[in-house]
Amino acid sequence: MLAKRIIPCLDVKKGRVVKGVGFKGLRDAGDPVELALAYYEQGADELVFLDITASYERRRTLIDLVERVSEVLFIPFTVGGGIRTVSDIRSVLSAGADKVSINTAAVKNPAIIEEASRRFGSQCIVVSIDVKRVYVAEDETPAGKEVLETRRGRCWWDVYIYGGRQPVGMDALRWAERAVELGAGELLVSSLDFDGTKQGYDIELLRELSRRVSVPIIASSGAGNPRHMLEALTVGGADAALAASIFHYGQYTVEEVKRYLAEHGVPVRL
Amino acid sequence: MVRIAIVDYGVGNLKSIRNGLRKVGAEAFVTGSVEGLKDVDAVVLPGVGAFGEAIRNLADMSGVLRSLVDAGRPLLGICLGLQLLFTASTEGGFHRGLGFFRGLIVKLPSRVKIPHIGWNTLEILNPGCVLLEDIPDGSYVYFVHSYYAKVEEGVNVDAETVYGVRFPSVVSKEPVFATQFHPERSGKVGLRVLENFVNYVRR
Repeated sequence: MLAKRIIPCLDVKKGRVVKGVGFKGLRDAGDPVELALAYYEQGADELVFLDITASYERRRTLIDLVERVSEVLFIPFTVGGGIRTVSDIRSVLSAGADKVSINTAAVKNPAIIEEASRRFGSQCIVVSIDVKRVYVAEDETPAGKEVLETRRGRCWWDVYIYGGRQPVGMDALRWAERAVELGAGELLVSSLDFDGTKQGYDIELLRELSRRVSVPIIASSGAGNPRHMLEALTVGGADAALAASIFHYGQYTVEEVKRYLAEHGVPVRL
Repeated sequence: MVRIAIVDYGVGNLKSIRNGLRKVGAEAFVTGSVEGLKDVDAVVLPGVGAFGEAIRNLADMSGVLRSLVDAGRPLLGICLGLQLLFTASTEGGFHRGLGFFRGLIVKLPSRVKIPHIGWNTLEILNPGCVLLEDIPDGSYVYFVHSYYAKVEEGVNVDAETVYGVRFPSVVSKEPVFATQFHPERSGKVGLRVLENFVNYVRR
């Protein structure tokens, strides 16, 4: 039976992990390779490296990182952050990454999804979508927006680019469907409303998305405990749950989360 | 040390399979030419991309692959590499394959999400298979594919996996072996599969 996946996410800047790390026994907690291996040992199903370096030296350090990770890590990993062109995608994949995630570049130039998935296969093209709810009045239905009744009120979901800094004014559900039509192999969905809150994922968004698209959905943003991941993978219908801080700060190990999921009937690889 | 050539037919990540084979003690290298296949102990046909393009890019090498196998050199197909070993595929039209195994490559049923991405279980039918030594039944391995092999007679199905349909995840006809999953991405279980292959090459 296909297992649901648990994916730790590492934010990397200039080749170093930037978020605080609660692992014990690491010689260098900021070394992405050492942290990746620790997650591998804990039973992570995949890893995501998000490069947040904002400078010209980004590309070289990123390729170097991908090559080093690929030498020691024998589970799939995805690289995202600042990938703009098909040539960027090619260099990351040929350095040893299994997938790339694209966000801003895909919104600004959707044809990149089509071209990249044709060249490299849709299985390695993850379209990452950052969203934020826009609440509307009872009698209001903005044109071109999919308005849903949620527990917190009527809303639609706007797409954000540039690391969540800039709203696009584009309906996220429709964008997700279009990205899949263009060749996205998976969707990585992050909610700016829930990110960092530790109050759980945006389950209503995930449920609606998994009803609409046929590719796997990776839920991101908001995990504070294993129950949140359980909700995303069951009620939300997500295929994978990504989390950063609950793992980095050592609150839970990947194995603890997976044991919890297994006890609640979710198929996981233990 | 055994020398294993990884066939480069133009697309995808070949580093991870090379690193995996090195990790389990083989001298592995990537080659895209017929000359590169001289004096090798075994060949790995990796797998990323579309069938039609892959088989076109392999056209020059198919004869050499056949002679290597006829001479008893082990061949391991991975993912698309498994599919290329069959008679033909229906991916994007109709394409003839390398024909080491009899059978047709067809698309997974539309009632499940496609591609089949992620960790799924092996149901081991032939525990005596060289590749499966010390691999427990029910082990999870990593898959990424949209098509699968409908096997005809003369091919051993050593393990199966269920995803919308029951399909062969390990097939063999010595000295040719193939996995629909990615051993180089399947953690410790996958490394053991690669080690089993390397041990077979070394025998």
